Amino acid sequence: MNDKPAILELRNVNKSFGPIDVLHDISLRVRAGEVLCLLGDNGAGKSTLIKTLAGVHKPTSGQILMDGQPVTFAGPREAQGQGIATVHQFGGTFPLMSIGRSFFVGVEPTKGWGPFKIYDRKRANEIAVKAVRDFGITRIDDGDRLVGGLSGGERQSLAIARAVYFGARVLILDEPTAALGVKQASHVLRIVNEAKRRGLAVVFITHQVMHAMAVGDHFAVLIRGAIAADFRKGEKSREEITDLMAGGETMADLEAQVEGYMETHEGHPPSPQVVQGPAAP
Amino acid sequence: MMDAIKSVLRRPEAGSILSLIGVVLFFILFGGANLGTLVGAASWVNFAANLGIVAIPVGLLMISGELDISIGALIPAGSMTTAILTGYYGLPIGVGIAGALAVGVAVGLVNGLLTIRTSVPSLIITLATLVAMQGVVLSASVLLTGTASVALTAPDWAKFLFGQLIGGSHQVIIIWWIAFAAIIGFVLHKTRYGNWLFAMGGDRVSARNAGIPTDRMTIALFVLSAVSATFVGICQAILFNSAQVSGGMNFIFNAIVSVVVGGVLLTGGFGSVVGIFVGTITFAIVSQGIYFTQIDRNWSNLIIGVMLLVAVLMNQSFRDLALYFRPRGKRSLPREPANP
Repeated sequence: MNDKPAILELRNVNKSFGPIDVLHDISLRVRAGEVLCLLGDNGAGKSTLIKTLAGVHKPTSGQILMDGQPVTFAGPREAQGQGIATVHQFGGTFPLMSIGRSFFVGVEPTKGWGPFKIYDRKRANEIAVKAVRDFGITRIDDGDRLVGGLSGGERQSLAIARAVYFGARVLILDEPTAALGVKQASHVLRIVNEAKRRGLAVVFITHQVMHAMAVGDHFAVLIRGAIAADFRKGEKSREEITDLMAGGETMADLEAQVEGYMETHEGHPPSPQVVQGPAAP
Repeated sequence: MMDAIKSVLRRPEAGSILSLIGVVLFFILFGGANLGTLVGAASWVNFAANLGIVAIPVGLLMISGELDISIGALIPAGSMTTAILTGYYGLPIGVGIAGALAVGVAVGLVNGLLTIRTSVPSLIITLATLVAMQGVVLSASVLLTGTASVALTAPDWAKFLFGQLIGGSHQVIIIWWIAFAAIIGFVLHKTRYGNWLFAMGGDRVSARNAGIPTDRMTIALFVLSAVSATFVGICQAILFNSAQVSGGMNFIFNAIVSVVVGGVLLTGGFGSVVGIFVGTITFAIVSQGIYFTQIDRNWSNLIIGVMLLVAVLMNQSFRDLALYFRPRGKRSLPREPANP
């Protein structure tokens, strides 16, 4: 399949906040032109993992490697400098700014000299509109429109286009489709495929298995901060994945236990206290 | 023509311009005011200039998501510092002015540093410095001079620059106000720093992640607003040849009303200097222009209250207009508002 070296790799990463262990021994790799889907229910440690990748948190132990070299990020800006871009659920975070202005926040193009260096609105708008149109969102044609007036899918697309324009190599998408309708979500999935085609490494975080299966090459299921399953496209069915995400094995154990009890107790179900799932770590 | 009107309506200052027109029309139609007399009158322009120099930085802070109410104590602090240094100790007026501005810088730094270092809202922080500075000004004045009111005489050049009455009626601070508004308007809308301010007001964390020095910007804004307030105090002391420890508290609410009528979003991220400027004029005309009408002066606060509500409602609708604007209207409006 894809045997290019990994752009970003985690090796045995642990993360604790004080006495609470959030991530256990996470090892992952993302390659160029590949979408890694991180699946997991709420509270599985997805956000902590993203923040570790994006330089917000430092791992308690373990290594982060970029292009095979160990790296440590002092903060999110440093991770960005290395080409790791995170796009959050609501994409455009400045709803009352124009498309051109929000696209270039912090790196505004200017013209003129000295104290009269002025923000080059025309150029900013042109570049921003072109960047997002190149991703197939042709309905955005005026850089003066406010970001808050775009649809959810358009905002996500704008944010992804922005990350790519500014040289992202690894794109971390945090639940990009969670708040979207079916049609909007399919736009975003198209954009993800386009980013993949352009050779970006994409980490796609979601709890919607269908969306993951539509774009993913490689899947990792996170349960209680540990990787419970790691498999490639086509190796597991949708049902199996859903089951895994809900803590599938625990579920199966529980069912077996209940069945066993009923067999020995004339078909009566056990009281909840009798059944105890595997102790939580 | 309709397009031109609509494009004006989408701007942040639309509500303030309509408020201004509405108030003037109201005064002319129902108050029997003469438009010529009203425009020619110095009282509201002087009032607007003093208020406007404070309202602009307060508006900038609001755009960036902060609030500064310590200005209420810094106006008397500025005038008292000038008067004590120059009038009481007989130092040159330059020292008095520099001292007053230094007080502004110091309080601005305290406000800014406390805001970025703690998670306490800046409203509370500046409320604390407001009250504290009132105490400091009163105590220092009584301790140093034995009174709460100090006289001073400024040399001609200082009078000319800060305390002149142009044509015998218009305070020279009007020119300072217009120049200040022009410079800040340029910075806010034409330079990258302006973009940083809007981004900070929209989402501070994302702005910081995008590389904007949000902490330094916040401190600079608080210093600017404190220094502007002491500057107004300096001008008043030089104009009236004396300074009192009281006064200035009205400026707090007046400035906030002017800024909000001017279309600045209270929660940050949206606004314009033209809006703040027009909002200040509107406010000044209601509170001072009422003397040129047959309406009893006591009604002016009612008008201000109603105007504030109407202006805010208008600003709300115009903001939605701006949000869902599509230039060539090919498609129905998307209705998935983020969190305007």
